[in-house]
Amino acid sequence: MEKNKVYIYKAFERFWHWMQAILIIFLGFTGFEIHGSISFFGYQNAVQYHNIAAYTFIVLIVFAIFWHLSTGEWKQYLPTLENIKAQIDYYFFGIFRNAPHPTKKTVLSKLNPLQKLVYAGLKILVIPVMVISGLLYMFYRYPQKDGAIQVLNIGSIEPIALLHTFGAFLLIAFVIAHLYLITTGTTVTSNLKAMITGYEELDEHTDDEKKSSEKPGTGAVLEKNIKTESVLVEKETL
Amino acid sequence: MKKIVLALLLIGIIIFSAINLLTTKNYNESTLERLKEKYPKKESPSVDHTQFAILQKKFNSPPEVTEACISCHTERDKEVMRSSHWNWEREEYIEGRGIVYIGKKNAINNFCIGVEGNEQSCAKCHIGFGMTSTTFSFTDSKNIDCLVCHDNSETYVKENEQAGLPDKSVDLNFVAQHVGKPKRSNCGVCHFFGGGGNNVKHGDLESALFDPSRDVDVHMDAAGPDMQCVDCHLTEKHVILGKMYSLSSMNRNRSTCEECHGDNPHSDDILNEHTVKVACQTCHIPVYAKVNATKTNWDWSTAGKLKNGQPYEEDDADGNHTYLSIKGSFTWGKNLKPDYIWFNGTADHYLLGDVIKDTTKPLRINTLNGSYSDKDSKIIPVKIHRAIQPFDPVYKVLIQPKLFADKKGEGAFWQDFDWRRSSEAGMKEIELPFSEQVSFIKTEMFWPVNHMISTKDLTVQCNECHTRNNSRLASLTDFYMPARDYSSLVETTGYGIILLTLLGVIVHGTARIFTSRKRNAPSISHKGRGNESPGDQNSLGV
Repeated sequence: MEKNKVYIYKAFERFWHWMQAILIIFLGFTGFEIHGSISFFGYQNAVQYHNIAAYTFIVLIVFAIFWHLSTGEWKQYLPTLENIKAQIDYYFFGIFRNAPHPTKKTVLSKLNPLQKLVYAGLKILVIPVMVISGLLYMFYRYPQKDGAIQVLNIGSIEPIALLHTFGAFLLIAFVIAHLYLITTGTTVTSNLKAMITGYEELDEHTDDEKKSSEKPGTGAVLEKNIKTESVLVEKETL
Repeated sequence: MKKIVLALLLIGIIIFSAINLLTTKNYNESTLERLKEKYPKKESPSVDHTQFAILQKKFNSPPEVTEACISCHTERDKEVMRSSHWNWEREEYIEGRGIVYIGKKNAINNFCIGVEGNEQSCAKCHIGFGMTSTTFSFTDSKNIDCLVCHDNSETYVKENEQAGLPDKSVDLNFVAQHVGKPKRSNCGVCHFFGGGGNNVKHGDLESALFDPSRDVDVHMDAAGPDMQCVDCHLTEKHVILGKMYSLSSMNRNRSTCEECHGDNPHSDDILNEHTVKVACQTCHIPVYAKVNATKTNWDWSTAGKLKNGQPYEEDDADGNHTYLSIKGSFTWGKNLKPDYIWFNGTADHYLLGDVIKDTTKPLRINTLNGSYSDKDSKIIPVKIHRAIQPFDPVYKVLIQPKLFADKKGEGAFWQDFDWRRSSEAGMKEIELPFSEQVSFIKTEMFWPVNHMISTKDLTVQCNECHTRNNSRLASLTDFYMPARDYSSLVETTGYGIILLTLLGVIVHGTARIFTSRKRNAPSISHKGRGNESPGDQNSLGV
């Protein structure tokens, strides 16, 4: 099989990924100081930094959602059961026999079925659970002083805090697993390189899409934009 | 592309303004500046009392001064006679008791226990003359002692054990010509010495406040704002804001920090949010009894020991009494961290004659109500004074012994050192039955700490409460506090998941290294496999 250098991660995608990485680690660090597990910045600073990082993260998330919708990339995360057994088999057995990856990585399908599942789960964990519980943590007081969130009558920050903490534990577990699994690419560092440079050497496949070898990226993005009409409409209205 | 950038910018702006909207700052920077400007200015009196002829004629007795005062300040005497300073009693409503009149007649404490029968001595702190017994007339305005509060010459003193009469050396004419708004010295002469000595009772009110430095209290700092008691304890018609919950029960007429500083005194929103549940004093009074020690423990049961038939005293290195034959043993504390409780502004009290339900537990002489779930409650700092004091084990009531008398033989404990006789005399005075048996019970009193505000740099820091170890709020367990509290279920599950992930990574990684080595060494053995990619791309050795 022939190898081709393919522009697989666009500039914004990489920026989003690394910002997200930095923010998650920083939020974890400051968060667990607020939780009382570690002490490093000092409590008051940790709270302040955590809040600033949280706002930054929310802004980043909004940008990322916009990007995913406008480029149609969100479809990459649609979970599928197809090939999932082969992927699981690969991680349990094939990888030790140097078997090939069961899912071919292409620009239009960067994620294997397990990744789809995990990243979709991550998006649900990070966005609704952590963001919402985090915002409540910041703004919900009992009783509300200036009546901002009075409808919610929880009576204590406890359930909010516990949910937020549990989410944080799951995220740490994700980061550990993620850091390890990026070494399972074609070579140990090929995934890392791809996320830094945007380019990865992929197997040439038989799809009829002829893209990316000459003008990486732009062609593919345009093609996809045409496919997702809704996105075009949205761009125009904006 | 430009459109996208613009759209992104727009979204960014919308988010930031939304965040700003959610975190509205009600803080008004000018409040503190305004206060700093207001208080150092000293008022000058509008009249000169030395010019009044009526104050120049020779006064032969203290009531004559009062008559002179009232001759101009008409109706003021009626205000005074409605005040608790005069009546030593207030009308209060207590949940479960209804309307009660609480005062020296029915209240009890765990210091010198009670007033009744001991007026001769206790009345040194009554704003009247001649209160020698329970039969004192509370309706004769000539008995009001105007000067003890309004003397600005600092020469007026009441004599010991003379039922509130001034010392004979006092020049009444001089004092009467130098009257004005009460100063710290007027209030302090009684309120700093409650319980029989400096700082014995409160812990945050003591003689160091006559002339305090900034370290002692930022507001009363004599070289700074030099604020007087009545600057906060605002007074109208002799009704003074603020009261102590050793005697008060209702959430009214309180003197608060907010009356000047407002509800949002900090520039930081998170700190302002704390004011929903945390009183100002909690953070701004990190320690009390900063200059002189306060009494934390009083054991009456050891009182009455004599040396060669004579009462004696023992002092600690700072000169505080640790033992007095007349009063028992004491423990003192200095630079104390307050205890913290929830408080909603209402209190209940042990009143004379109340039957003690459980004599094995420490009895709360005053109970400050509040809890996390009560929306009116805030966390406040308190001094807890613990004592062991006499009670009647048969009737299960606290005993108010007769302590003071001029001479032996009247049953007064301070003369005769006989618990049974002094209890009998004391209980007779308050018309309660006595079983002839005296036992001792542990009691607790809660004294809110409100004074001796520290400088900003000494304010209680976040991590003094928000911590797993030795949190200042460790005893308040009815709510979740970040950093102090956690759920062991969430922690165990969370750490478990992380551990399992790490374990999986290690096992999987090791297996990969191991299998790739094995594969690489005898490379011939692998040749048979057709659809393998060439090379060892999966090996970690790359």
